[in-house]
Amino acid sequence: MELGAVIEQHIEVHKFRAGSIAAAALLALLLQSFLPRYIHRASLLELPLLITVYFGLSRRNPSTGLLLGTIIGLLQDSLGHSPLGLYGIAKTIVGFIASSIGTRLDTEHPLSRLSLTIGFFVLQQVVLTLTKRIILGLAQPFFSMQLLAAALINGVIAVGLFMLLDRLRRS
Amino acid sequence: MAALPSRHRSLVLLAAVVAAQVLLLAVQIKRERQGRLIRVWSVSLLSPFERAGVWAVDGVRGAWNRYIGLRHTREENQQLHADLERLKLRNIELESKAAEVERLEGLAGFRQAHRNVPMVAAKVIGSSADSASKTIYIDRGERDGLKRNMAVITPDGAVGKTVEVFRNTAQVLLITDRESGVGAMFAGTRIQSPVGGTGEALVMKYVSNDDKIAVGERVLTSGQDRIFPPDWPVGTVVEARPASPFQIVRLKPLAHLSQLEEVLVLLTTQELETRKEPEKAAAAPKLKVRPAAPAPH
Repeated sequence: MELGAVIEQHIEVHKFRAGSIAAAALLALLLQSFLPRYIHRASLLELPLLITVYFGLSRRNPSTGLLLGTIIGLLQDSLGHSPLGLYGIAKTIVGFIASSIGTRLDTEHPLSRLSLTIGFFVLQQVVLTLTKRIILGLAQPFFSMQLLAAALINGVIAVGLFMLLDRLRRS
Repeated sequence: MAALPSRHRSLVLLAAVVAAQVLLLAVQIKRERQGRLIRVWSVSLLSPFERAGVWAVDGVRGAWNRYIGLRHTREENQQLHADLERLKLRNIELESKAAEVERLEGLAGFRQAHRNVPMVAAKVIGSSADSASKTIYIDRGERDGLKRNMAVITPDGAVGKTVEVFRNTAQVLLITDRESGVGAMFAGTRIQSPVGGTGEALVMKYVSNDDKIAVGERVLTSGQDRIFPPDWPVGTVVEARPASPFQIVRLKPLAHLSQLEEVLVLLTTQELETRKEPEKAAAAPKLKVRPAAPAPH
């Protein structure tokens, strides 16, 4: 217990400039709905997820992380045709787990960010698939090559995006 | 919430937020044929309780009806038994009335068919107190024009003759009485022989052993007794065997003598047209009026 307490003491809780989280989330949602109209491959991107993961890992407060995930997910739902709550549930869980992991792991290393993002992407897909299957009654595959590719692409993009977002931190 | 540790607080919050969104989804989703998902879930959630409630209410009601509610069952049962007995009696009464109506219809039809023959319908009101004699009492007497030695019949066949006539009643000697005698003949061969009673059946007394008599042959009145009109059914042969000096020929009366309730008293010996042998009746003379005379005993 003492060792754990020591490790937690060394993990920094980052703070961001006022409005930067909201601005980043809104921009991610805007791009998410805007880019695929012009770039077909952009539909593989999950920018709202990346924002949720990043701020969850950085803020390291599960309650804040899950509420941020909820808000971003519901907004994402409202911008699309999916029923409200589909992405909301997934991102709530992702935000909660990201915040919880952030209190225990060093999430600053690019490889760590890459693997965590891929993991969260897969987690989101699992939650989405379960929700679609159980609640919506839709036949949805758990795995496909396209999902794997999307997970890798989002992981790679997350490494760069997170470095950009690091600039929003208050020093 | 304030009492919960921070880690648990976020878990509770997670559960609450996820549950709220699941409900939000359920409100939006409409399953085919089942309506909105929230309704499906609500029904699925509540229906077990409803079923349990119905089961409990039915159980209580059943227990009440089967045990506590049976307090008055004994009285009801007795009442129902009494009703059943009363209805049985009523049923017997109605059946009897229906049979009576049927018989009266038969008599009425018979009278209608013989409108020109004077006759009186009478009800059997009693029978002989003496078991050795076969007599009945009818509710017609002198006031109705009855006299002694008048033929008493039913549409089925000969019954007997009046032997005592009072003001309002008359005594009828049945053809099965030992003292009775009817002038008769075989329907087919027209062989004549008087028919007498034995107490139960009828016998033809003087049939020669040379005459071939078939079982089942019909025997009719011959008119020789000057009481019964000719050609009226008397009985059918049930036994015919040679004997000395005459054959023994036993007959079964065609009239249901043991079940008589209504009879017809002929006020004349005018010949009647029988329904059972219309061709013979048509061939026979329609009207033969003879003066009524005492019959040989």
